[in-house]
Amino acid sequence: MSMSMTVPLTMNPYVPWLASIDDIRDEVIGERAIKTFRLSFQDETVRNTLNYVPGQCVMVSVLGEGECMFAISSSPTEKVYLEVSVMKLGKVTSILHECEVGDVLGVRGPYGNGFDVNGWKGKNIITVGGGIGQPPLRSLIRYVLANRGDYGKLDIIYGARTSNDLSFKQELFDLEKRDDADVHLSIDVEEEGWTQFVGFVPDNLLEVAPSPDNAIAITCGPPIMIHFVIQNLLKLGFAENQIFTTLEMRMKCGIGKCGRCNIGNVYVCKDGPVFSYAQIKNMKGER
Amino acid sequence: MNMILPKSKVHELVENALKDYEVVAPTDNEGLIVFKQITNPSEVTLDFLNTVLPVKAVLLQQTETLFTFSHGKSVTINAPETVGEIIILGVRPCDAQSLVILDHVFADEYKDPYVKKRENTILIGLNCLTPGVNCFCTSVEGGPFSGEYTDIQLTDIGENYLVEVETDKGKAFIESMGDLVTPASEEDEKKKRELENKAKSAIQRVMNTDEIVDRLEKIFESSFWRGIALKCLGCAACTYVCPTCHCFDMQDETTFTGGARIRVWDSCMYPEYTRHASGYNPRPERMNRVRNRVYHKYNYFPKNCDVIACVGCGRCIEVCPVNIDIIDVINKTSEVNP
Repeated sequence: MSMSMTVPLTMNPYVPWLASIDDIRDEVIGERAIKTFRLSFQDETVRNTLNYVPGQCVMVSVLGEGECMFAISSSPTEKVYLEVSVMKLGKVTSILHECEVGDVLGVRGPYGNGFDVNGWKGKNIITVGGGIGQPPLRSLIRYVLANRGDYGKLDIIYGARTSNDLSFKQELFDLEKRDDADVHLSIDVEEEGWTQFVGFVPDNLLEVAPSPDNAIAITCGPPIMIHFVIQNLLKLGFAENQIFTTLEMRMKCGIGKCGRCNIGNVYVCKDGPVFSYAQIKNMKGER
Repeated sequence: MNMILPKSKVHELVENALKDYEVVAPTDNEGLIVFKQITNPSEVTLDFLNTVLPVKAVLLQQTETLFTFSHGKSVTINAPETVGEIIILGVRPCDAQSLVILDHVFADEYKDPYVKKRENTILIGLNCLTPGVNCFCTSVEGGPFSGEYTDIQLTDIGENYLVEVETDKGKAFIESMGDLVTPASEEDEKKKRELENKAKSAIQRVMNTDEIVDRLEKIFESSFWRGIALKCLGCAACTYVCPTCHCFDMQDETTFTGGARIRVWDSCMYPEYTRHASGYNPRPERMNRVRNRVYHKYNYFPKNCDVIACVGCGRCIEVCPVNIDIIDVINKTSEVNP
């Protein structure tokens, strides 16, 4: 795994690199607003050597307000910039949503293990996302599409409460028109004009019923959704080590020192955030 | 070869050290013994049981600026790059051992600013002649005369301190002190051994740490933890005085044009510590937090770093307002049914 964006070890690891907001896109508007921020590093060397793995995270600072850990939602194949997709929820994310193009943020990372995109070469990839869980899956999807020959079939299962709450809508609609990916969207309750699945994501998964043969399933979303998605993947015949998810805990440092993101002896920030169901099943500790 | 330092020369040694180093030493602050950066040798007291706050307070300060920044039209970040040479005098063996434990956390692939300070520090330890009533260092691979974690180790042998040099750094410092120190005699060495035996036998309290990792592994779900937590007030005093507790929070403090990112000690005993932005809290009850603290010391840390994250200083027992006694808690776990 390349960590070339990480600050040199002789430097203070809490000091972020400065990055400008190049672009802001509204993914979801309204009460549970989600925006995607495209960030480009001011330091030329950092910008040009930027590398990460889908599933890795970055600590984003609004200087003067604080810092939050976000999954990277762009793919490393896009080079020179990275994107994070953020729901407006707490103090820092609310301020972030008020930022404008040209504003300067601090970014440090990438942190965590990321998805095993090399180990998954040759496999069919199934992503099962819910709501604001989609950003790390978007990174993976874009990575697979950029290296299309390296992977088998790509199934994208994604749902949200309403059609308004679906992130990356235009991209997903565009993907539906392609023949190298299958998109299966859902919303929780009936809406006029909605022609796709109505119901919860785990039910849509059973409806799509992907084959476990030579497949990897990755699920990100609310904990309750992940719980039932895993149950249903097991029903479909997926083995525990074919199922992956990302875990979330409150974080401050992102580098295994501040203490709070532990689940038992595992630190989600540096040992995770990606875990197989085989690993999670054996975890002792609160989450 | 070991040396002796006459007590009458300590003043001069500190005075010499102050020329080249920041000197941090135990000082008597209206009856509370605390580590403080001193400017005058007369501030030092070496007649104490242990400091209120452990030595971590010197290298991982309770409040510390990680970097400063300017914001607004142009944004810049400035991080302090240089650290002076520090001498910490009068460190008890338990506290010195705690730094080796903290090294696992702070000196991994991401080098915390703690590391540079630690590298630039000479530790001058002080063996314990009369351990406290709640000391249990001998249960956790330590001892009142465990000198192996410092650069120089002192023992009060009466009129003099016996000076044992443990590292090259310590050797260079002692050599720079010229004839303040003189070679120790066999009599001095003998005196130290006598005191050591006496100190060891003065430690009354014993924590049963046999197979502690496995013992705890089996009783995570036990109602035992609920019982222990019933008494706890969640005041977090145990974590503040603990030499191996290292959790911290990071907060920004600002003016109109700039500010600083500040690191402050935090505690796993507070509910906010783990509360997500969504309001969800993985450790919502005091039981979860008390259990996490115990497991962090005696199960999670040993699993990850092969060492118990407790040095047996007894501070948490001393300060607990409701008399939760970690030795009793751990000893009782051997009787809990899985």
